[in-house]
Amino acid sequence: MTVQAGDELPPLSVRVRRADLVRYAGAALDFNPIHWNEQTAKAVGLPGVISHGMLSMALAGRLVTNWLDDPGAIVEYGARFIRPVVVPDDADGALVEITGKVREVREDGTVRVDLAAKFEGKAVLGKAVAIVRLPR
Amino acid sequence: MPLDLSFVGHAYPRSEIYEVGRAKIREFAESIGDDHPMYRDVAAAQAAGHPDVLAPPTFGTILFGKYSMKSIAEDPELGLNYDRLVHGDMTFTYVRPVYAGDRLTVTTHIVQIDSRMGNDFMTLRAEIDTADGERVVTAMSQVIVRAES
Repeated sequence: MTVQAGDELPPLSVRVRRADLVRYAGAALDFNPIHWNEQTAKAVGLPGVISHGMLSMALAGRLVTNWLDDPGAIVEYGARFIRPVVVPDDADGALVEITGKVREVREDGTVRVDLAAKFEGKAVLGKAVAIVRLPR
Repeated sequence: MPLDLSFVGHAYPRSEIYEVGRAKIREFAESIGDDHPMYRDVAAAQAAGHPDVLAPPTFGTILFGKYSMKSIAEDPELGLNYDRLVHGDMTFTYVRPVYAGDRLTVTTHIVQIDSRMGNDFMTLRAEIDTADGERVVTAMSQVIVRAES
């Protein structure tokens, strides 16, 4: 595949519902009650049950793995968790919108992809960057 | 109470061995909605030169939570308030992907501690290695202990 700086990856919109949080909690072994219990979330000052930051990072990572023939090409992936995704207890859940763009094609054969994840129009991840080694 | 700065540089003992299973990889991939065939289909992974199915890029969060977070949360001398702990950032650097069948250990280091406006910021480095000592992934993560309100 020919990749150039500025290329946009196919965007992704994901609805995150309470059931998804429970499922992720079990799979990732993160049982912090702020991700499934409204009372606990409010008691620690949150507006309600929030999604796992690592789930937002995983969803944004799908943009890169969907784009790659081989997800093993990712050599680095990082993100900051800058705003919580509040997930209401209803059928619609929270809509997370993910976009990504090739920022740089480097001399060493790696590519930097910058990712953005938004909830209610605001960024939930900061400095979400994947470094990928593309096949020659 | 601010965290004790003498913990900077502290390393916790290497964890037990965590054996990565195909079913766990598949369960994790399904929980994040990532349907890439190389997480499920051994033949597809092997066709690309991998020994077995590989784990999605954030799979290391399981090991980080199970061993690194547990080490700091259960350290009575560090004495942090786990209820006020939030995740600030995470970066994984991969020597290679995590594969089904890997037997991995985690060694957790406290890299940095800062206090700002009553919040404590702690940077951890988790070295995820095979039981034979081969590095697979390094996880760097900042955790934040929020000030009591």
